[in-house]
Amino acid sequence: MNESTLILTLFAAIGLGTPLVFATVGEIITERAGNLNLGVQGMMLVGAVAGFWATFNTENLLMGIIVAMIAGAAMSSIHAFASVTLRVSQIVSGLALTIFGTGLSSFLGEAGSEPLVGNPSKAVFEPILESGLADIPVLGPLVFGHDIMVYVSWLTVAAASFYVFRTRMGLSLRAVGEDPASAESAGVNVARVRYVHIMIGGALAGLGGAYYSLALVPTWQNEPIGQAGWISIALVILASWRPSRALFAAYLFGAAERLGFTLQTLGEPWSNIPSNLLAMLPFLLAIIAMLLLTSGKRAKFLGAPAALGLPYFREQR
Amino acid sequence: MNRMNWRFLAILALALSLIVAACGGDDDETATTEAAEPTETTEAMADEEPLKVAFVHVGPVADKGWSWAHDQGAQYLEANANVEITTLESIPEGSDSQRVFEDLAAAGNQVIFGTSFGYMDPMLAASENFPDVAFLHATGFKTGPGMGNYFGAAEEGRYLSGMAAGAATETNLIGYVAAFPIPEVLRGINAFTLGAQETNPDAQVQVVWTSTWFDPPKEGAAAKSLLDAGADVIAMHQDSAAPGQEAEAAGAKWVGYNTDMTEFAPSAWLTAAIWDWGPYYLQTVEDFVAGTWEPTAYYGNMADGMVDLAPYGESVDQATIDLIEERKAQIIDGSFNVFPDPIVNQDGAEQPLGDIFSMDFFIQGVIGSPTG
Repeated sequence: MNESTLILTLFAAIGLGTPLVFATVGEIITERAGNLNLGVQGMMLVGAVAGFWATFNTENLLMGIIVAMIAGAAMSSIHAFASVTLRVSQIVSGLALTIFGTGLSSFLGEAGSEPLVGNPSKAVFEPILESGLADIPVLGPLVFGHDIMVYVSWLTVAAASFYVFRTRMGLSLRAVGEDPASAESAGVNVARVRYVHIMIGGALAGLGGAYYSLALVPTWQNEPIGQAGWISIALVILASWRPSRALFAAYLFGAAERLGFTLQTLGEPWSNIPSNLLAMLPFLLAIIAMLLLTSGKRAKFLGAPAALGLPYFREQR
Repeated sequence: MNRMNWRFLAILALALSLIVAACGGDDDETATTEAAEPTETTEAMADEEPLKVAFVHVGPVADKGWSWAHDQGAQYLEANANVEITTLESIPEGSDSQRVFEDLAAAGNQVIFGTSFGYMDPMLAASENFPDVAFLHATGFKTGPGMGNYFGAAEEGRYLSGMAAGAATETNLIGYVAAFPIPEVLRGINAFTLGAQETNPDAQVQVVWTSTWFDPPKEGAAAKSLLDAGADVIAMHQDSAAPGQEAEAAGAKWVGYNTDMTEFAPSAWLTAAIWDWGPYYLQTVEDFVAGTWEPTAYYGNMADGMVDLAPYGESVDQATIDLIEERKAQIIDGSFNVFPDPIVNQDGAEQPLGDIFSMDFFIQGVIGSPTG
């Protein structure tokens, strides 16, 4: 593999990883509040169709992004109501949200007299910052020439990192995720913190979904996001619940996916590797990450919020 | 209960729910039952019960690709016969699909079409349990007492679309986003390459396998990897338009498949091999009603209209169009065979063509592995 192939591969990995960055950071924020939302796939799909619809009608990408985030947040509020207010099992509620969201996005895509399905997007995110600094060797071609959402994703990661670890509200968030009873006795409204952060997670998942329908595959076809939602949930573990690591986890996944194709174009000996094996690569990564979760001690070391997945009953120890 | 146990239970619950979701999906949100609209033909037989016909697709019918083309055929059938159609979308291939076919038969469907290769063995097994039901499998190579199969010579359209690709490439490298290493796909790649070589003897076709039928982000990523490797024309086998959109963004050209997909990438579009299943579906149902249906293997082609070529894109020049149309006429009147016999394989050696329905090799000019 020569240098330019490597750079092209890494460049593509950043694009492929970007929707995962949004969704993973969103899920990290949700899980930091002690809530496991398995509805990411559903929220992303609804965000994808809602964002596509908004851009389709306004020809405005910002509008698409805003509507996608609202749609994702609205979806997640269903999970918040079920798992925080009604204290339904988070697992069941999240899975239901994915099944519901998958169906809803297909339905919305086919609804109306002029359905969205089969239409290309009326506006697409284009590369920016292509000239000038891009001449810096290696780093230049990797950093410049992406569309604006890639840079927005970097800002999102930085903002989420700062928020979770450097602000008072971030401290409350982590407290709720670690020990909601103590947080409550310190004056934190556990239910409210969980609601807010589940919905932030939903908004970011919706945004990630819209990145598919407005940038990566700018068209509406049913379920255009592959398995991104499930991958994001696994990447949370790979990122050990830290937004900054989510960036690298997502790019690692993007690189694994892209590498499966690039290796096939490199000739011998790379092209001798069975493509089935290569297609497995990203998912193998995800499974390994999932296995890490099941090991109790390691999970603690990785930084899983102690109260993750547990419903909170006030005044009950 | 301590936390370790709880976490284990959570994962167990997750796994179980996923299995239930995977198995149960076809029963609820993916199932759409469409009642036949009364038309002139059906009004005449209004007192007769409509024949229940079912279609099982591997992807969503809204894919504007393979499943969409079959669904167009189903709509043609619905408009021209007294039928009640059940359509199941996104049904995974493999042994689980046997239950889907058996459920459909048990629900009273008398003609059941399965439109993906991986349904072959499950459908054959199901057909043995329901001898009075006509099962029809697309793209496979097996038949049984109650199961016929059907497909068409897409290679004829592939060859012609390859001619357009060969004329369009300037780097002499054409990228092919391929689905699975099965005879149908290999046949398409080889025919496409032969066509490209007719208009451009230096053209080579680089194949990248995705192991998907419909996964837009993956198929788009595969196309991007081919463009980055120097290809300036992208061809594909899957059901999404993503490879075309990558080609459009890179200023390259695109040969689609299944349907006219010009609108997804107007300046990249060259042409595509496309399908028209409707007349075959109607004929099959009419034969079944008349009691003359036989579980045979049907292979349509350009001459009977099952296979056709999509409209040309703006960038295809008139000289190329004339050349393609000339070949098309020869294919239809039977004076031109897409595959020569013997044929030169990937290693440059001549070999007998053999049975094209079990084709397992690449021809000279294809770069990549025919085993995936």
